[in-house]
Amino acid sequence: MELNIGLRNTKSAIFKGIIVFFAFLITVPLIVVLGYIIKQGIFQVNWHFLTSVPAPVGETGGGIINALVGSFIMVMVAAVVAIPVGMAAGIYLSENPRSKLAYYSGLCVDILQGVPSIVVGIVVYFWIVKPLGTFSALSGSAALAIMMLPIVIRSTEQTLKMLPDSLKEAALSLGVPYHRVILKVIVPCGFAGILSGIMLSIARVIGETAPLLFTAFGNPYLSYSLTKPMESLPHLIFTYATSPYDDWHNLAWGASFILLMFVLVLNIFTKVLTRKWKVQL
Amino acid sequence: MYKKTNKFVENKRLKLSNSQLKWETIFRRILIAMSILLVVIILGVLATLIVESMPSIKSLGIGFLWGKVWDPVSNIYGAYPFLVGTLLTSFIALIISVPFSYAIAIYLGEYNPKGWLSDLLKNAIELIAAVPSIIYGFWGLFVLVPIIRTFEMKIGVAPYGIGVLTSSLILAVMIIPYAASLGITLIRMVPSPLKEAAYGLGATRFEVIRSVIMPYTRSGLFAGVLLSLGRALGETMAVTMLIGNTSAVADSIKNAIFGPGNTMASVIANEFTEADHTEYLSALIELGLVLFFVTVIINLIGKRIITRFTND
Amino acid sequence: MESTIVKAENYNSYFGDNHVVKDVNISINKNEVIAVMGPSGCGKTTFLRGINRMHELIPNATSKGKILLDGENVYDMNAIYVRSKIGMVFQRPNPFPNLSIYENVVAGYLLNGIKISKADKDVIVEKSLTSAALWKEVKDSLHKKGTFLSGGQQQRLCIARAIAMQPELILFDEPTSALDPISTSSVEALFHELKANYTLIIVTHNMQQAARVSDRTAFFYMGELVEFDDTKQMFTNPADQRTQNYITGRFS
Ligand SMILES: Nc1ncnc2c1ncn2[C@@H]1O[C@H](COP(=O)(O)OP(=O)(O)O)[C@@H](O)[C@H]1O
Ligand SMILES: [Mg+2]
Repeated sequence: MELNIGLRNTKSAIFKGIIVFFAFLITVPLIVVLGYIIKQGIFQVNWHFLTSVPAPVGETGGGIINALVGSFIMVMVAAVVAIPVGMAAGIYLSENPRSKLAYYSGLCVDILQGVPSIVVGIVVYFWIVKPLGTFSALSGSAALAIMMLPIVIRSTEQTLKMLPDSLKEAALSLGVPYHRVILKVIVPCGFAGILSGIMLSIARVIGETAPLLFTAFGNPYLSYSLTKPMESLPHLIFTYATSPYDDWHNLAWGASFILLMFVLVLNIFTKVLTRKWKVQL
Repeated sequence: MYKKTNKFVENKRLKLSNSQLKWETIFRRILIAMSILLVVIILGVLATLIVESMPSIKSLGIGFLWGKVWDPVSNIYGAYPFLVGTLLTSFIALIISVPFSYAIAIYLGEYNPKGWLSDLLKNAIELIAAVPSIIYGFWGLFVLVPIIRTFEMKIGVAPYGIGVLTSSLILAVMIIPYAASLGITLIRMVPSPLKEAAYGLGATRFEVIRSVIMPYTRSGLFAGVLLSLGRALGETMAVTMLIGNTSAVADSIKNAIFGPGNTMASVIANEFTEADHTEYLSALIELGLVLFFVTVIINLIGKRIITRFTND
Repeated sequence: MESTIVKAENYNSYFGDNHVVKDVNISINKNEVIAVMGPSGCGKTTFLRGINRMHELIPNATSKGKILLDGENVYDMNAIYVRSKIGMVFQRPNPFPNLSIYENVVAGYLLNGIKISKADKDVIVEKSLTSAALWKEVKDSLHKKGTFLSGGQQQRLCIARAIAMQPELILFDEPTSALDPISTSSVEALFHELKANYTLIIVTHNMQQAARVSDRTAFFYMGELVEFDDTKQMFTNPADQRTQNYITGRFS
């Protein structure tokens, strides 16, 4: 064994070379995709693009205001529902890890995390679209909320589990009631972690198309109504990207650029803010 | 002054305490209700899928799964083309992605766990997971498809451009982060005494990775691959845009790989809003039900393995 | 004239089926410093947490018997109210990391939503920190986070936080076991001063500490209150063989 030490070292070096090569090769598709979207999209974006509705076939110009507003409304409505529900469930899971209910709802979170988004779309179609008789922003929000839930729940649960029990004891021993202990001590101390989960869940659903196909559907006009079909950035990209018209492709490139920027900014924001707002224990 | 505060506070304290008890109970009930809601959502999803696919289950039975023909116009529904399409795209994507995931996991877990370069790579991997699938699909349609088409002409197969292989390539990139980031965590959990013992015996880095790190993390890394697979099976948009949406079964292996196809998710995405009669819609939902079961089971197995791994 | 402030009558604690505190009867006077001693696992902490109803917060934990606070059974009272009336200081200093020093002191009010004027708050903060012998050290950094203080300072901050609620009784669970010797002596010195206004029950692992700070000492063994007597008496001439064994170090 000692004799071929040189050979063994060479083998080790070659292996390292292969690992480094493959590990960094993955940045190539990322750079290529991002570069291409930026190149194609950045020059589409101007004031007109951001403030007008798409132009009909044959006319040049037009914008994506309907999708911007739609994505904003639907994601906000989804967040308003999913954040409190998700935090409450996350708090329950971290506070009662050994209860039967925690076992089953924990299992359901795992299941929900694995459910393909298209299936969420199908189900919400039968829960909301069919009873209402129309595609609607409301149903789109519901689908997005379901997609957000597991992320919010897990990040809340994991963040709170890391806080020491002594914190809770300190507050309880001062005669602080349970709900105030949680809301005024435990949640604020885990704020950074919970917030990062919330932001990531928003970044995730803002790009979701599949759950919106049969729920919010899409809408070439600007709409604020929760009970009517609504456009969204990813759905607009899908519609226009798969159309045969160059003008529409350009609109989709611009929209992709904007969507990509949203996702990037949300991710960077999450990183910066969570580091800054982390409570020093 | 202090005494006055004392009395005042004392009274307030008692009054508050009594109302607080009520709020405590309400708060606890809300937490419980929200946890129950989760269970209700999952049961609701399951029930909805089963109830809505009942017409199809009843009329087609289990034969639905291997029916080779999907022809809504003649009211014939077989899931086989989509099962094949789904498995084919996912497994090709998985095979392509595994070397990358493992390399990233080994590099960031063992060779270079700290420092700016490793941070950069880690952020890149998170970014790959963060880019919406619609963007991969769009990019693939306009950049990758022409490349594949040229390639197909060179090797002498029908130059569709779109198809199973194209979808798999994009899918591979999309799923790499799932196995990779789990792998990084797991490899970092390998106890250093184990590694040091091996180094102490004169093992090289490669030998330590092969005979200490890999055996120790094998089950966990496999779980990561399962999570990637779960993603690939359920991925909709990118595949829908790139696979070509053909429900016919390919006549040769070559055509099955290079030619167009359809996955369960993509056929649902394409045809759900067009399904104009009960049986058609119900058959699509049954596909959704199958997809639900397959992805959920694969995910749960993966999660179970991870839990077992991290608890040991 | 000595008056009883807290009294346990046939008090028992359980963790599930595990009987941890057995039939304790004890009567503690106002402005006394009581040390609670005994080998590890004998139920000192559990007994202490029974007094302010913290014990019942642990899943499956139950208790039986009475704890009388000023003659009233705490188990017939509102638990939140009981806890706000009895101060507690823990083994590890646990200031609220999300609050400033100032807010930590008045945390009992802030977190409970008891509204008091800024002026009253200022008075409470200064008085409590002074009583906890911390005012001089932190008066210029009241708005910094409490977690920036040293361990001993943090523990005194926790004492100030308890004092701020104007309790009659303060429970200490091994308050110096996580502190260095200098911090320990600063906290011990404090006990002497607090005695004038408060009743202190101090669980301690350290016999010298019990001897130094307490008026009377309770010795627990395997969940039973074996002996409760004048501290000097207990250390020089214990009545029970088990106490004798403990203080001569035959088990710990
Ligand atoms: N949270 C708990 N759950 C179950 N049993 C406990 C718990 N805490 C303490 N015990 C048990 O109660 C007994 C007394 O513990 P404790 O009051 O903490 O002892 P001490 O403070 O005297 O060291 C011990 O035997 C311990 O095993
Ligand atoms: Mg103890």
